[in-house]
Amino acid sequence: MRRLIAVTAVAVLALVFATSAFAQGHLRIGMTASDIPYTGGQTDNGFEGFRFVGYQIYEPLINWDLTRGDRLPPLVPGLAESWEVRKDNPSRWVFKLRKNVKFHDGSPFNADAVIFSFESIKKRDAPHFDSYGSAQVTFRLTAIKGISKLDDYTVEIDTGAPTSFVPYQIVYMVIVSPAQWNKVKDWRKFAEQPSGTGPFKVTRFVPRERLELEPNRQYWNGKRMPKVDKLTLFPMPEPTTRLAALRSGQVDWIEVPPPDSIPQLKGAGFQVVTNSYPHNWTHTLRLDKEPWNNKLVRKAANYAIDRVGICKSLLNDMCIPATGVAYKGHPWFGKPKEVYEYNPNKARELLKQAGYGPSKPVPKAVHLISTSGSGQMLPLAMNELIQKNLKEVGLEVDLQPVEWNTLLTRWRAGFQTPDNQGLNAWNISWNFLEPWSGFGRFFHSKSVVPVSVNTMPYLNPEVDKLLDEAEKTFDIAKQDAILARIHEIIVDDAPWIFVAHDLNPRGLSAKVRGFVQPQSWFVDLTAATVR
Amino acid sequence: MWAYAIRRLLLAVPTLIGASLIIFAMVHLAPGDPIAAVMPADATQAEIEATKKAYGFDKPLPVQYLYWLGRVAHGDLGRSIATRRPVIEDVRDSLRHSLALAVSSSLVAFGLGIGLGLLAAFRQGRVLDKLASAIAVVGVSVPHYWAGIILIIIFSVQLNWLPAMGAGSEGGLAEYLRHLTLPTVALSLIPLGVITRVVRSAALDILAQEFVLALGAKGLWQRTVFFHVVKNAAPQILTVLGLQFGFQLGGSVLVEAVFSWPGTGYLLNLAIFQRDIPVLQGVILVLAAFFVLLNLTVDILQSLVDPRITRH
Repeated sequence: MRRLIAVTAVAVLALVFATSAFAQGHLRIGMTASDIPYTGGQTDNGFEGFRFVGYQIYEPLINWDLTRGDRLPPLVPGLAESWEVRKDNPSRWVFKLRKNVKFHDGSPFNADAVIFSFESIKKRDAPHFDSYGSAQVTFRLTAIKGISKLDDYTVEIDTGAPTSFVPYQIVYMVIVSPAQWNKVKDWRKFAEQPSGTGPFKVTRFVPRERLELEPNRQYWNGKRMPKVDKLTLFPMPEPTTRLAALRSGQVDWIEVPPPDSIPQLKGAGFQVVTNSYPHNWTHTLRLDKEPWNNKLVRKAANYAIDRVGICKSLLNDMCIPATGVAYKGHPWFGKPKEVYEYNPNKARELLKQAGYGPSKPVPKAVHLISTSGSGQMLPLAMNELIQKNLKEVGLEVDLQPVEWNTLLTRWRAGFQTPDNQGLNAWNISWNFLEPWSGFGRFFHSKSVVPVSVNTMPYLNPEVDKLLDEAEKTFDIAKQDAILARIHEIIVDDAPWIFVAHDLNPRGLSAKVRGFVQPQSWFVDLTAATVR
Repeated sequence: MWAYAIRRLLLAVPTLIGASLIIFAMVHLAPGDPIAAVMPADATQAEIEATKKAYGFDKPLPVQYLYWLGRVAHGDLGRSIATRRPVIEDVRDSLRHSLALAVSSSLVAFGLGIGLGLLAAFRQGRVLDKLASAIAVVGVSVPHYWAGIILIIIFSVQLNWLPAMGAGSEGGLAEYLRHLTLPTVALSLIPLGVITRVVRSAALDILAQEFVLALGAKGLWQRTVFFHVVKNAAPQILTVLGLQFGFQLGGSVLVEAVFSWPGTGYLLNLAIFQRDIPVLQGVILVLAAFFVLLNLTVDILQSLVDPRITRH
């Protein structure tokens, strides 16, 4: 009898402690997205979709290591244990896949799942082709021409020509469960019952209201087993609503609190976490007509901007001044000759050197801006200050505000369309997570619209050559050095008015612990707990 | 009366076809590409064109309209570009939330508005009249989205009594009603003001008529006179109530956005930013149909209340 009581007591204690080890709270997040990001795999809503849905429910072959905030996140093995380019054929990469991994529906992960996921993006005649998911990600996989199976746990990626960019691109292709798709045979139904290998799995999906997730207890990576016992995502596009939801305790975490609420949040005991990350807020200039076809005028504009004032006064230190594509401290920053600090006198001197003055004023420029938008921070207020700064040195700029999606549509079409003929620049924020998104798509001559988004167009044979060389350089340190050289040339050429890098502010309740803000657009939610 | 109702219902068909044409034209005239709007910022033009073709947006507009109208006639409002869910499902899900909000805010607005308006009329010139009129002026003047934000600050943030956002649909009826409270108050302000003023004006008109004086002279109780005044003012008030209910249902975009209330307003807001044309067309058409039915209901109710009004 005593033995029975002892055994029962131990069992009860074990249960209590086991439960409490898992029961580290319910994390509720208010996103800026106005709807739940697409849960069918290749997610939408830009990087917020990857952040909260794509990389939580699914995984790619290679992951970002988001566990530290003191360095840029490196690429680490995800569903692939290792990868290497073939020595006999540098246009082929061999990926060794992780064994004993299961999807949320219990089916095994293997090479067939990788092929299936690739075909859902690239193979238009496949029954499992996902037109919507494909549209979200296919342009990020430019280097990947085909994937073939060597055995159940090995795949080979064909890139057509040698390129070192494969790992940077494969990170965007998440792996979906073929078994689950074959059960429902429809991507909409799949999105309602998604199945990936990620640390979280979906338990409830209410369109436009909430997405509820719980830890995937079969997750292969014990070091990243989620500590919370529930995660709920709420779409909250209105900043005041997000702020109120955090302040009232309805959520524990909000994205992008309004800058003027930061002191109030801190004063009330909330955490406001920030970090540098590869974000750039800029005016992309039109280089084939006045006034921005003159390098001296472009440099003058960069010297006219009071970036410190923008970041301190308007944004409560929620950004840092941008004097190039990358920020100082980034491996691609290099040592540019020009350091664009606020210097109106220098700006006026440069304009004089360019031949402009009271008798020959600089022609007025028209810049298309947005009223809001992902990564756009406070576009109206920031642009009004920029307009004022430029006017003070003799650069007249007319701002044409349009709605965010209208701006994107017009931008994709380029400056040459009838609608855009009268424009001289557009204000859109960018990411520079990897070499293509940071440089290739904007500054290579092969990226001129409509192929990609070199709308300016920026045409520099030296930069073309360096970009091609960077792509063929597989040593990361050497590649970084080439990209830094490219950065130096671009800063000197000033095809953009560099303004600010966002610091990715988020507001967290004091109850949230364990979260590390990485230098990234993405986050690792597995370490977070809610007391 | 039945013949009238049936005739009005039949007339609703060409009315809705006309509305559908206007909706279709306006939605397609707005700048922005529906496909480009739901694709990432740096998708290429070639990808966008291929996706457009897959959704049928490459066809001429009249052809697109006829295809859509044909499907609508069979109850198919198409599929959302952004979510690929049937539009009818999204509309149905959001309509129940909007109806809940419209009904609750109407009950508050109509109940208080009629009460304050009658109070003001029967106490004309006195303190209660001035107070009721002041409430009415504040109601029509305050933007409801601003009122919503203030209510959130006071009742959610400072007092922590009520939730700031969402519908709370996971928590049962009590939780749903808690979530409904602040949006209801915010949305009821403007119609409260309008109804108070209209009721006051209508009641004063009736009170000034000779038959009311005669009723009083005959020695009828105040309560009976009150009933006669209300009954005579009812047709005019009913028209305003009907219109206001329609505005509650269709005009709640801003309140739903502030509270993240998942109604048709929120859905419309989302569809506008996403250029989700099938959703836009579907939601507006359904709301237009509601307005048509609402007008018919108000007309019939007016005839029932006031036998002098005959409908042919």
